Amino acid sequence: MSEKLLIAKSEPLWNTDKRIISLISGLVILLFALPHFGLNSFYLHLMIMIFMHAVMAQSWNVIAGFSGQISLGHGAFFGIGAYATSFFYVQYGISPWISIFLGMIFSGISAVLIGIPMLRLSGHYFAIATLLIGISFQIIFQRWDLVGAASGLWVPMTTGDSWLALQFHSSKMPYYYVFLIFFLVTFYLVWILSRSKLGFRLRAVRDDPQAALSLCINVSNYKIIAYVISAMIMAPMGSLFAQYILIIDPDRVFNIEISIIVLLITVLGGIGNVWGPIIGAAILIPISEYSRIYLGGTGGAVDLIIYGLILMLICVFRPDGLISFIPKNILERKKQR
Amino acid sequence: MTSEIILQAIVTGLMMGLIYALIAAGLSLIFGLMDIVNFAHGEHLMLSMFSSFWLWSLFGLDPIFSIPITILLMAFCGMLTHYFLIRYILKAKMLIQICATFGLSIFIRSIAQFLWTPDFRNIDKPLLEGRLEISGVFIGQPQLTASLVCLIAFILLYLFVTKTETGLALQATAQDRNAAEILGIPSNKMFAIGWAIGLGCVGIAGGMMANYFFIFTDVGINFALFAFVAVALGGFGSIIGCLYAGIIIGLVESLGGLLIDPSFKLLYVFAIYLLVVIYKPQGLFGRY
Repeated sequence: MSEKLLIAKSEPLWNTDKRIISLISGLVILLFALPHFGLNSFYLHLMIMIFMHAVMAQSWNVIAGFSGQISLGHGAFFGIGAYATSFFYVQYGISPWISIFLGMIFSGISAVLIGIPMLRLSGHYFAIATLLIGISFQIIFQRWDLVGAASGLWVPMTTGDSWLALQFHSSKMPYYYVFLIFFLVTFYLVWILSRSKLGFRLRAVRDDPQAALSLCINVSNYKIIAYVISAMIMAPMGSLFAQYILIIDPDRVFNIEISIIVLLITVLGGIGNVWGPIIGAAILIPISEYSRIYLGGTGGAVDLIIYGLILMLICVFRPDGLISFIPKNILERKKQR
Repeated sequence: MTSEIILQAIVTGLMMGLIYALIAAGLSLIFGLMDIVNFAHGEHLMLSMFSSFWLWSLFGLDPIFSIPITILLMAFCGMLTHYFLIRYILKAKMLIQICATFGLSIFIRSIAQFLWTPDFRNIDKPLLEGRLEISGVFIGQPQLTASLVCLIAFILLYLFVTKTETGLALQATAQDRNAAEILGIPSNKMFAIGWAIGLGCVGIAGGMMANYFFIFTDVGINFALFAFVAVALGGFGSIIGCLYAGIIIGLVESLGGLLIDPSFKLLYVFAIYLLVVIYKPQGLFGRY
């Protein structure tokens, strides 16, 4: 046991398999070059949605996968981010670049305020409480006149493309790069988090709170830290999404579907694993978008039927997600000893 | 604001509370038995209301008479749920159990939306109609009947669990399923019975509510949330606690709506939930 811990600690961050490193950097270069291969705007939209949902799922992964608390109302933080940018731009003309960070701060503060009472709960109690939190936020914003109540906020359109106002009307390409960069940065940070001391402590809290407590790990503090990190990852995606569609209303950005889909992507890809959300998003979002194109538009909710079915099948047959199909020794990148 | 209005709110809350109590009892029974929270409970309620609706609209059967059929259908549905889904996740991590029943809820709700569209429906001219007036307080007959039926069903459920042999076997399985198996109680069969009874309760509540409530695919969400709160309030696994908790929630909902602002009903109930689970996590009447 102690030997294992020592290895984990002494393993430097970049001590990884050369092939993996080259594979990842190759993929990153490919992602940067992708829009220049003449993708039409539908495929750009698809990629943007994949990036966005991968980050959102990663946010859920931090709280549920790393620290083991199941939040069923994570859409609340998405909505806070979306409202922060739109509200400050509409009301005071503050550039979205600044209010993305304001949104992160608001969302972090609300995570602390929600987390202090609620993270004393565990298991089912916490899951039910977060379900209620998600719906409460929707109800409050539907009736809050300052932020446009049920009709929401329209972001005033600029005449042309504007980096300052983060609005692009002629092409989706700039959005693609903005989302891509947020995606890469988030995944890099979460990857570092997962290998840091904090990451190990969070997993200790998840696997055995009693044992963690006996090792002087303040369980409820670490749960709150995980919740705040998770909320602060979620908020910028809300902000960028608001800038992407330029009209937000409570039913859209606080929709329970957001909370569902982040859960689904993570569980599908592999919960508690940094790469799980990417795999989940890359598989699920195309399914969802295509089912909407071919079967949707009738209010039939076909994509939701598929989500529910996939979620149940994964839970029954592959509780560790699709990533468990990949042999473990490739993922672990253990040095040959 | 006169005392009559407040009395009216209390009566309305009480009648709603008895229905919440029966729905929560089904949830609590399943939870106590196998430590699994059925996140699809609201969707099962929706299914039972639709079963009542279709029996009326296709066969002309009044909801009062179709109650037994609805109960049987829901009990069967409970067994199916156990057989096809819950059986496989009994030993899984809690996270997987939550995700699985949550997936079931999404699945049922969206299938219903696909088949029946999200339109609002209601049953035209049921046998139970009209209202009584007792010293200035109006009581809808369907509501009154529904709450009385729910109360009777609740008492029967309580007697069943505490007095009959099967009920005692259920309790034994809930306390220690391995010990119960040694004594010859097949836990798998008990789980199936638990699911059948739990959803049977939902069938009664849904069938009675079909008389006067709008029937649509999202109808279950609020009821399920209140049922979760009632179960936590009464203490997870305690059936009699559900009765008190259901009534408390019904009263909070109607009085809060009357005295403060009706659009925030859910938030009052939520506040109660938070207070109880933080200061008294075993619930108000919990055994554990």
